[in-house]
Amino acid sequence: MTVASERPLTAMIDPAIGPPNCAAYERAGGWQAARLALGSLTPAEIIDRVTRSKLRGRGGAGFGTGQKWSFVPKEPASERRKYLIANADEMEPGTFKDRWLLEGNPLQLVEGMILAAYAVQAGHGIVFLRGEYQEACVRLHRAIGEARQQGWLGENILGSGFTFDIHVHSSAGRYICGEETALLTALEGRRATPRSKPPFPQTGGLWGAPSVVNNVETLCNLPHIIANGPEWFAGLGLGEDGGTKIYGVSGRVAKPGAWELPIGTPLRQIIEDHAGGMRPGYQLRALLPGGASTAFIDATALDVAMDYGSVEKAGSRLGTGMAIILDDRTCPIGMIRNLEHFFAKESCGWCTPCRDGLPWVERLLDAIEDGTGREEDMEQLDRHARMLGAPGRTFCAHAPGAMAPLASGLKLFAADFAAHIQQGRCPHHAGAGP
Amino acid sequence: MRAEILALAAQELHPRGASVAALRLVQAHFGWVSTAHLREVADLLGMSADDLDGVATYFNLLFRRPVGRHVIMLCDSVSCWIMGCEPLCAHLCQKLGIRPGETTADNAITLLPTVCIGHCDHAPAMLVDDTLHGDVTMESLDHLIDTLRNTP
Amino acid sequence: MTTIRIDGRDCPTRSDINLLQACLEAGANLPYFCWHPELGSVGACRQCAIKQFSGPEDRKGRIVMACMTPVSENAIISIDDPEARDFRAGVIEWMMVNHPHDCPVCEEGSECHLQDMTVMTGHNTRRYRFTKRTHRNQDLGPFVKHEMNRCIACYRCVRFYRDYAGGDDLAAFASHDNVYFGRAEDGTLRNAFSGNLVEICPTGVFTDKPFSAVYTRKWDMRGAPSVCVHCAVGCNTIVNAREETLRRVLNRYNTDINRYVLCDRGRFGHGFINAPTRIRTPLRAIDGQQVPVPMADALTAFARMATQGRIVGIVSPRAALETCFSLHALVGPEHFSTGQTRQEQECTELAHTLLTRHPGALPTLHEMESADAVLVLGEDVCATAPRLGLSLRQSVRQASFHTADNAKVPRWMDAAVRTLGGECPSNLHILTPAPTDLDNVAAETFRAAPDDIARLGFAIAYAIDPFAPPVTDLTPDDAAHAARIAQALMAARKPLVVSGMQYGSPTLMQATASIAAALVRTIPAAGLSLVLPECNSMGLAMLGGLPLETVMEQARAGEISTLVVVENDLTRHLDLADVADLVAAVPNIVVIDHTMTPLCQHASLVLPIATFSESNGTLVNQEGRAQRFFQAVFPPAPIQAGWRWIQALARSLDPSMHPITGLIDWRDLDEALAALAMAFPDLAPAVMAAPEADYRINGEKLRSQTYRASGRTVIRSFVSVRDQPPPASPDTPFSSSMEGAYEPDMPGALVPYYQTPAWNSVQALNRFQSEIGGPMRGGPSGIRLLSPAENQNTEAQPYAYATDIPAPYIPQADTVLVLPDTRLFGSEELSMFSPPITARSSAPTLGLPASATGSGRMVLHLEDGPHDLPVEPVPGLPEGTVLCPTHMVARAFRFPRIARLEGLTDGGERP
Repeated sequence: MTVASERPLTAMIDPAIGPPNCAAYERAGGWQAARLALGSLTPAEIIDRVTRSKLRGRGGAGFGTGQKWSFVPKEPASERRKYLIANADEMEPGTFKDRWLLEGNPLQLVEGMILAAYAVQAGHGIVFLRGEYQEACVRLHRAIGEARQQGWLGENILGSGFTFDIHVHSSAGRYICGEETALLTALEGRRATPRSKPPFPQTGGLWGAPSVVNNVETLCNLPHIIANGPEWFAGLGLGEDGGTKIYGVSGRVAKPGAWELPIGTPLRQIIEDHAGGMRPGYQLRALLPGGASTAFIDATALDVAMDYGSVEKAGSRLGTGMAIILDDRTCPIGMIRNLEHFFAKESCGWCTPCRDGLPWVERLLDAIEDGTGREEDMEQLDRHARMLGAPGRTFCAHAPGAMAPLASGLKLFAADFAAHIQQGRCPHHAGAGP
Repeated sequence: MRAEILALAAQELHPRGASVAALRLVQAHFGWVSTAHLREVADLLGMSADDLDGVATYFNLLFRRPVGRHVIMLCDSVSCWIMGCEPLCAHLCQKLGIRPGETTADNAITLLPTVCIGHCDHAPAMLVDDTLHGDVTMESLDHLIDTLRNTP
Repeated sequence: MTTIRIDGRDCPTRSDINLLQACLEAGANLPYFCWHPELGSVGACRQCAIKQFSGPEDRKGRIVMACMTPVSENAIISIDDPEARDFRAGVIEWMMVNHPHDCPVCEEGSECHLQDMTVMTGHNTRRYRFTKRTHRNQDLGPFVKHEMNRCIACYRCVRFYRDYAGGDDLAAFASHDNVYFGRAEDGTLRNAFSGNLVEICPTGVFTDKPFSAVYTRKWDMRGAPSVCVHCAVGCNTIVNAREETLRRVLNRYNTDINRYVLCDRGRFGHGFINAPTRIRTPLRAIDGQQVPVPMADALTAFARMATQGRIVGIVSPRAALETCFSLHALVGPEHFSTGQTRQEQECTELAHTLLTRHPGALPTLHEMESADAVLVLGEDVCATAPRLGLSLRQSVRQASFHTADNAKVPRWMDAAVRTLGGECPSNLHILTPAPTDLDNVAAETFRAAPDDIARLGFAIAYAIDPFAPPVTDLTPDDAAHAARIAQALMAARKPLVVSGMQYGSPTLMQATASIAAALVRTIPAAGLSLVLPECNSMGLAMLGGLPLETVMEQARAGEISTLVVVENDLTRHLDLADVADLVAAVPNIVVIDHTMTPLCQHASLVLPIATFSESNGTLVNQEGRAQRFFQAVFPPAPIQAGWRWIQALARSLDPSMHPITGLIDWRDLDEALAALAMAFPDLAPAVMAAPEADYRINGEKLRSQTYRASGRTVIRSFVSVRDQPPPASPDTPFSSSMEGAYEPDMPGALVPYYQTPAWNSVQALNRFQSEIGGPMRGGPSGIRLLSPAENQNTEAQPYAYATDIPAPYIPQADTVLVLPDTRLFGSEELSMFSPPITARSSAPTLGLPASATGSGRMVLHLEDGPHDLPVEPVPGLPEGTVLCPTHMVARAFRFPRIARLEGLTDGGERP
């Protein structure tokens, strides 16, 4: 960008004006990176810069982006069918960051995809968009159409010899499609169950071809990394990780919302300064730091820096960086029940523990919350948290993700569980009230 | 629409890659995917109806049963739950005389629960047809239902 | 080979398999569901969890799925590890959350893999205290019953049905714990292998519908190793019987042939045995009425007939070798007919000659699966040899295996290999007049008349070997096509060429053999396979005899006074007029058969023969493999094996007039076989198709019931509580009861059922194999008579190519060439007496080229008169030809034939 912004991802987003068109995008510094890359950088140089920028996947798993690309076979796009896929299937409960980027500045994603595609020499781009994001779909189509018209997509972009175009796939609602191999299966018009690895998507992905799946936020960082340099980007982070991160807070805070902040911003700062602290009459009891599939951390851990390593040390995961707040007047068991209901329903049905274990958990929580819980139910919950939570026991990470809030909740809210069972009712009554 | 579906199929490396897009197209026109339509789409994509139905029944947003003129999809995921989607749902059910998953007798409104729609900073949220609504209250629901009942 | 340590025990194991296979091969009990030896691993059920340790120092280890983890050098694993055990118990408990506790009324009970695995994990207390989900079941047609509530969602059914067998009308629906396996709507499963769902499903979701009507527990049934009689492939089966009735047919593993899979005709075709058309007593024509008579009367009647003049014998390619040979012995070679028309006989004998002369490989079905280029000429193998078709379907996966090898993904990692192989090209080339079920996996298909296919075949042979005769007047398109296919075949490591006698065309088979021989010049492994029509077509071709035309000539000349027809419905081979001539010219017709065929009405004497399930004998399949079938049923007298009837006839004769030696002295099957071996040296190895009747294990006969069999006195208690001695046969080493030896390394040809401690389902088979998916521990079942090794000697001499290349086919204006539409369900004789198969078959239609503008119905004028048939367009069918279902329109119709076709006026409405 002409002036390297401290919040590069969202600098151009202004809901009052709407997303920039190509010209406005260019005026604000857009297309510089694409011009630079296609004009004078080799794919290897781009991968190197992105690796040095310390950019890690923003979808939740946090895998190094440059490293992920490095596994893709190196043939030029013209010689081998390869895919670059933007994962815009934002379905993690409590998460609303990619929608912001998609609706606010779709051309930024387009440019990011061009850069990523050039880096891995993929000729085919796909945005895998969740079905409910209708407005994002319209804006994305418009942006892609315009970019195509202006020569940023299509044959021989900028005379570089590189050919790349983007197709938007509107999905039809399935949380598991956010898992990259399930996403590929969905794109093939099959039941979107995850695939085994190997083959990793980078070598055998969509229709068996090398494919890279990157989160929207990850891709949107690329133009800024290329334009301003990896060192600049790495320097944006407050800790180990590079760049900014979109953080968000939902629940009973004064100002729920999302903000682009340096990665590693302390959680307390996000909640108190940006979300305005708790609403009057509510105390923060615990929170899920990065979406529904992260473990609870309690109010004593608010000083954790929101980067991958620090949150992990605190016993949870950065996940999507979108925190969900449990207040003192909301029943924690009700909340966990709600989460497990979601995970049970969104299980793809492929592997036994997830398919049949999660509904069991859900029913146990139903019983406890409805006042018919028994002492032995706690054993069952513990057993499930243990057996479904450990990696490698289920086919994919869906069930371990589902067990993160349960396992942490069982420890954190042991007294609440006991009270429910002993009293035969939920002490919070209906759980949630105005 | 057949031409549109064939065009979608032609964009894909294999026609079946267009199966979700084709079914969504059918649904956009007819509100849902009937078995007769499913068969037609399957034919166009060179799949068996069984195969395509396996895909159709897998996805939440593909309706294999008829829905009303309007579909309210009330988010029931965690942020909206904290912010009180359950009382809202109960209110809706009472007002419409249906349970979640059902359609009103006048065929005006179908109420479906949905998972997080990414509008958590304005929870409780819902999708009404293609429109996103945030910070939903009992009052705004009442107003909305009256409007929906009066629009075709 | 490498070594792994399982719970402290060092086990040598193969290195290219997964840990589940390694554990099972080491004899360990490790439960599993989704993995299947033929379907590979997908990691869905999570049942085979074990602990793997990174080294001797690692005490903690990590849980891995054995089926998804490759064997590695010196791997250290534990099945007994408490955490692994706990997890496996948990998996079963999850499966049981929704599984109904209906074992007592479930037809899978007693041979249910889920039951076995549940016991194996020790799960016995229900802790889930909420309601179960329920499903609606579907009507899936006459073969398979559906009870979805029992489903544990292992996904085997869809993986078998769709990925392996190529079906598309069974699918997984919905998601989470509501997944459903079935069809979009109720209706008959269309795939030819649907019946295997019964064995593939690890519990009682899919069960055998015809068996259901005569259901009995596995432990109460007698089992016998058998061989399918419904085509010439020779799939191995197990027949199950109780109270001397056949109850069902199951797959019997033969590593070279059918392995884990039978076609539906083979599985459900046995209904003819208990059908109302079954003959159970001798019948004599008295005053135009056929009346039941005692056996002695029947034999006396025959003796009387024999005094009147010459006896001619007719057998059939569906009769056992011993039956054929005994009739040969009774009537002598000059009066012995194979019961086939000259065309049929020439074709089968040609097949035998071509296979014998082929300098390369004669691949087994299993070997065909690894052929990396396949050419099929003029044979719809999916209809004529369905199991072979299924093997060819697997062959198209070779390219994806090579891709997987390059990506270092093990071949058994099924889903991964399919992902990688998504875009791998097929190398299956199909040249047939009409579409086949394999077309959807073929690299290319080409539709032409049989003669044109033969011409293209010769052109391909010439393109491969310039010493082969060239084809003149080839169109440039055809020449290019031939060159292309030749190239594809020559680039392969294991090419295979397949044809058969569906179109009754010797030239087609010759063209096929020429291609295969031409390939051998550069690729010694090049294979040839020829499909024959009947279960003993090859055996009969090796025996030889007169064609039916010769018998007709003798009959018309008044030279035959008695005709003994064994297991042959001549009305399927001879036109109505010929049958009438024969009946008029021959005073005495003796029919020996098990089923009331139309021929029986003309018989002076009908003798009830034992079926394959009631007797012991030998069949030679199309690749020249002699295989023994054993009886599971001891039929009431006088039903007996064909050779015993013929022996009885021989004994009834006046020795002064008919000095027959040998035949009348045979005491048992082994003596019959010994005599056969003396008379026909080529067939001599057939003696060794299975161990002889005096074979014993530790001095004991082999049992044919499980040790759990219910007390036999109970079955007859309403008659008498006295213990009846179990029936016995001098022809087999089996005891008919639960008494006797039974062990996993018993001879492969003698395994009567699969069961080992803790394994009561068909999956007990794992224990009988020396390695999973490999040979049987007790050795092969059956013996090859056409040894590929012998063929190596002919290399010195150049291959003598056939030179009679047919002229191009020219459509005629006023007539059509009628081609056979061989149907899986409908064309084969015996299975059409089986009620479920009849229910599955559809009404005959006339296939016309898609371009032909016919009305809804048309009339085809055949020898036996006009046939008014509904018309169906057949894409690609060559101009000037029609497709007519074999044996369903004209009973004896021989193909190909020229006929007149007439449209009906006014859209098919007849006045």
